[in-house]
Amino acid sequence: MSKRLSIVVVEQDRDRALMIVDSLNAAGDNDIFVISEVSGLARRLAERNPDVVIVDITSPTRDMIEELTLATAPMERPVAIFADQSDDSLTAAAIEAGVSAYVVDNLRPEKLHPVMSAAIARFNMFRRMREELAETKRALEERKVLDQAKGLLMKARGLNEDEAYGLLRKTAMDRGKKITEIAAALVTAADLLS
Amino acid sequence: MSLTTLSVAFVPLVDAAPLVVAHEMGFDREEGLSLDLVRASSWSSVRDMLAFGRVDAAHLLSPMPVAMALGLGGVSSQLCALMVLSVNGNVVGVSNGLAAKLPDLPFGDARAVGAALVEASDQTLRIGVPFPFSMHAELLYYWLSASGLPAPQSVEVRTVPPPLMADALEAGEIDAFCVGEPWGSQTVERGLGSLILPGAAIWSFAPEKVLAVRSDWADSEPELTGRLMRAVWRACRWLGQNGAHTTAAEMLGHRAYLDLPSDIVDRALTGRLVISPSGEIRKVDRFVEFFSGIANFPWRSQSAWIACQMAGRLGLDRNDAMDRARGVFRADLYRRHLGDIGAVLPGASDKIEGGIVHDTAVAAAQERLILSSNQFFDDEIFDPGAQQ
Repeated sequence: MSKRLSIVVVEQDRDRALMIVDSLNAAGDNDIFVISEVSGLARRLAERNPDVVIVDITSPTRDMIEELTLATAPMERPVAIFADQSDDSLTAAAIEAGVSAYVVDNLRPEKLHPVMSAAIARFNMFRRMREELAETKRALEERKVLDQAKGLLMKARGLNEDEAYGLLRKTAMDRGKKITEIAAALVTAADLLS
Repeated sequence: MSLTTLSVAFVPLVDAAPLVVAHEMGFDREEGLSLDLVRASSWSSVRDMLAFGRVDAAHLLSPMPVAMALGLGGVSSQLCALMVLSVNGNVVGVSNGLAAKLPDLPFGDARAVGAALVEASDQTLRIGVPFPFSMHAELLYYWLSASGLPAPQSVEVRTVPPPLMADALEAGEIDAFCVGEPWGSQTVERGLGSLILPGAAIWSFAPEKVLAVRSDWADSEPELTGRLMRAVWRACRWLGQNGAHTTAAEMLGHRAYLDLPSDIVDRALTGRLVISPSGEIRKVDRFVEFFSGIANFPWRSQSAWIACQMAGRLGLDRNDAMDRARGVFRADLYRRHLGDIGAVLPGASDKIEGGIVHDTAVAAAQERLILSSNQFFDDEIFDPGAQQ
């Protein structure tokens, strides 16, 4: 019957790689192998001769894998999954999630589908985590600047904390700017004058 | 006036300058556009983003749309080159180990350097290039096979992403490389290698990057296509002015683009290269050219040359390959959209590649056109008409 797929995941971050492997394992009984070394990537892939290669779309190592799509390469006619446009929604979902995959030319869609769906779901989760992290960092950064600005006003003008915040907010509204912009300007100005 | 946003993918390289300048100097807004520049870390992701509509246009290696037209490399959608963004700009370098085996060479003499490499190489020479379908690869194959180092017997060309080129050199995985700036200068800065040849020494007028879009997009959005081309062409003209390089280096070095000190970016723009870790400097004329010598015209003969080289190497029919490649470089759109704003239009869309030793005046539609030096290091000429 249907033989197991041999899947290679190219991922340098160990934690991410483990999570991808977990998702793929849950999607079916396949042979999964992780390559985390960039050096000699094309050779390592050729040695394993996998049915599917999964790699982050933003990874610079993708160009090394491209080399294998040349007809003369040892891997038997691998193509980017995007080449098969028979399933546009899958392609669009993969690009949106940031997954790129290379598959051997004759791999049947029904075998590939669960694998790709699992990879797409996992990569979407990575993306959300990255966005949340960036958002949290930004919020923390803004909070810090706001606290500094309030402190400066309290000291210079003898205000309490609420009054200092009120003054920043009123200035921001009068100027049509964000309160964090006013706070940042004040902190910068104070740095320059100190 | 509300602006139409076009997203444009680029790879952080000095020759992304026309797109960065079009945005930073407001040439896009003059055309009612806002270019949203999307930085990518690999050429395959630029290609995929463009092919599948994630971006509208892209900074692309000139051989990539040609390879796609020949059905090479997997992705089957058709891309076309609206104009050439830059001519030349690559550099060949060697590891410290290989440099030690080479005699003191005249920098930029492709014949002498080629002969010295033959002399020095006792085993297969491993050379890194950024992508299998790149001018870097084409120039190397051309130069080394004419020098007596044919691939794959004597040379192994490997794909190494530019930001990893210095690491690959350090790890001893490659002996030499051909890469776009600033990555050659980065290997020198890190003390890992020396530069031995600018790409221009192999072919003095090699189309390096193109402004690429999907062919069906160019057909269905003629008006946007024209506006995009005009904005980018004006940016190229601005870059071609004397004295633009300092400002351009500042813009390119910015965190959103190359994220590098502007003095490293400036080396390519001024053609003053630091070629070895000991600090030797060489001046290269036309190291990278954004405008003069009608650099932006997408000559069909350029795409034919690329197709002919690839076909020869990969065992495809040359005439068939050249036929397929002809429509990829859109000289027709260049004439339609840029003639009215002062771009010089040549009389023909094909020319003989090679054989022009000095800058030469030729016939053009409106005025005199000066063709820049266009010479292969071995004095060969490529006549697309005669190949058929």
